[in-house]
Amino acid sequence: MGDLTIQQQVEQFIRDNFFYEGDAIDPDASFIETGIIDSTGVLELVAFLEETWGIRVANEDLTPENLDSLAKIEAFVQRKMAEARA
Amino acid sequence: MCGIAGIRDLSGRRTPSREELAAMARELRHRGPDGFGLWRGEGVGFAHARLSIIDLAGGAQPMPNEDGTCWVTYNGEIYNWLELRPLLEARGHRFRTRSDTEVLVHAWEEWGEGFVERLNGNFAFALWDGRTRRLVLGRDRLGIRPLFWAEHEGRFLFASEMKSLLAAGIDPRPDPLGFDQVFVLWTTVAPRTVLEGVRELAPGHLLVVGPEGTIRSRRYWDLPDPLPPGDLLADPGEAARRLRDLLEDSVRLRLRADVPVGAYLSGGLDSTAATALARRVTDAPLETYSITFADRDYDESAEQEAAVRALGTRHHRVEVDYAAIAEALPEVVALAEKPILRTAPVPLYLLSGLVRSHGRKVVLTGEGADEVFGGYDIFKETKIRAWWARDPSSRMRPALLRKLYPFAPGADRRAIAFFEAFYRDGIEHPEDPGFSHRPTWRNGMRNRAFYGERLREATRDYDPPADVLALFREALSRRDPLGRAEYIEFKVFLAGHLLASQGDRMSLGHSVEGRYPFLDHRVVEFGQALDPRLKLRGLDEKWILRRAVEDLLPPEVRERRKRPYIAPNVRSFLDGPGRRLAEEILDRDAVAETGLFDPGRVAALARKAFSGRPLGERETMAFIGILTAELLVRAWRDAVARRGSPIDLAAFPSRELPNGTSEERTTWET
Repeated sequence: MGDLTIQQQVEQFIRDNFFYEGDAIDPDASFIETGIIDSTGVLELVAFLEETWGIRVANEDLTPENLDSLAKIEAFVQRKMAEARA
Repeated sequence: MCGIAGIRDLSGRRTPSREELAAMARELRHRGPDGFGLWRGEGVGFAHARLSIIDLAGGAQPMPNEDGTCWVTYNGEIYNWLELRPLLEARGHRFRTRSDTEVLVHAWEEWGEGFVERLNGNFAFALWDGRTRRLVLGRDRLGIRPLFWAEHEGRFLFASEMKSLLAAGIDPRPDPLGFDQVFVLWTTVAPRTVLEGVRELAPGHLLVVGPEGTIRSRRYWDLPDPLPPGDLLADPGEAARRLRDLLEDSVRLRLRADVPVGAYLSGGLDSTAATALARRVTDAPLETYSITFADRDYDESAEQEAAVRALGTRHHRVEVDYAAIAEALPEVVALAEKPILRTAPVPLYLLSGLVRSHGRKVVLTGEGADEVFGGYDIFKETKIRAWWARDPSSRMRPALLRKLYPFAPGADRRAIAFFEAFYRDGIEHPEDPGFSHRPTWRNGMRNRAFYGERLREATRDYDPPADVLALFREALSRRDPLGRAEYIEFKVFLAGHLLASQGDRMSLGHSVEGRYPFLDHRVVEFGQALDPRLKLRGLDEKWILRRAVEDLLPPEVRERRKRPYIAPNVRSFLDGPGRRLAEEILDRDAVAETGLFDPGRVAALARKAFSGRPLGERETMAFIGILTAELLVRAWRDAVARRGSPIDLAAFPSRELPNGTSEERTTWET
């Protein structure tokens, strides 16, 4: 997975794990509005982020502001990794 | 209870053969194992499979009027037949039997199509009027008893279950839009079915096949329109008294039978109330029946014990475990005749088996109280969302939803923002007639991801919610959001799933008749005339019902909060017989051969399920829905294969019209 961007990896995970079909996911498309992920799915997504990038996601991080699109997730993961390094 | 079937040649010339009528009746013998009957006139034939409950000796069907010009084949109970009979006798009708069936033919003669409005009960019937050469089909107001029909090779076919139509020559081809309705809305909505060319007569409708072969249907009953706010019944004391009287009368009517009547007793408010009312209006000892679950997450034994102790019934239980659910599933699907998105019907099938094993045929159930008295979470959800819609930026308003679903997986504290976002769907359009059901329907739409090429292609431009909302547009336009939610629940989930896949088909699968005191149309109409605040008081569900029967309930039941009835879903298929079944049915090649779903996606879903990781709500629906859709296709194949099996006509006593065309002219006089 080394060559893939965070967005690409997350998109692949969504396709495999949530049986998402259809075209490429718009990086800014809201998961909630498009119905790609439901509230149960969010917990699976978070487990994936934690495993893949070694970050810790706190309960208060579980908001649509952080996790509701590919672009938001990428920014969130990068911020978390930066925090971990700091 | 019974099964009915028949054939009308649309040219009026070809008389159906006894063999084909017998083949249709044979498919219904679980509904009526006590005897078959056939009748043939010129160009028309009826079949009947009988479960004897009233007038055990004299109630054989099909049954004629005095001179054999009108015949009926009928499934159901007309509870007020004792009241109707003297009215008809006073107008000169002569009765040969003391069965409710005979009331139907005379009422038809006397009142014509309007007769159906005088009936209190649940029924599906076909009447042949030889004087005008018309065939009339009718179905009860709420859809308790089933009736399907089709046109095939110049003939009109009808039957209680679709498998009879397959026996009569209809080839089973899936209707893609019917499947789409099930996967999005949880059920087909009449007149559509999952079989191409097969129609369901909608609840509260009559259908007439004219002498020239024209087919028309019309609605004779609908949920009454809401009253203007000033006319609603709003006084709690008066409402409770009137409701109590109505319920006692409804239960009293439903204890009419020439065999003992038992009751399902889940320990919840509705079944406990029905049982308690039965104890009150009769001295006869009462047998009650319940399901217990080996998996304690689903079990309600403690509440049941309390109800049994308080009501002093003789109680029987059947314990249901994962293996039992998996093993019964193929039979359940063959009976339900449509896919199901959760396993909840299965324990009901096992429960009717328990009743039958005790030699009983009739049970009272509490079904319907949730629709009539605002019991479902979707009503609370609608109330909260409608309130939220008036201030969409509020953070406090959606927080009430957490109170509603404290145990829902989505209510996991950590994902609460997403949980609320799910219910935000459609919040900016409170005037949308489908406002109440948007979050649920959108969830269902996600099942489409598993469709195979053909299903996907055929449903590309189809929108099941829009279709249903168009069907009910007028009635919905006269209601507020809560009233719309109720209407949709009655018409879609109650009629299509709870009374069908989870009701009639599961109890009659073991030849047991369910009776529904809360679905007496007078009770339903009373519910519609109530101030909504007497049903859902704040977020307190079925408030008026609780109040109307509170003196009859043990405290454990009175104080208890509603718990939705659920059964183990995917857990039943992780190992043992369930795993073997699911692996066989969801096998990539098998799924490819059926052609409904995408084999690769189904395989991925199955892998995820079998890994033991908990599936989300959507994935659970998809798993059970796909599994049962595949089982349904197999059940169709089995039904087609049975066509060829020999028929022993001796088991099918036959009658002919006096001027009938057959060699056999058994006279009716006895």
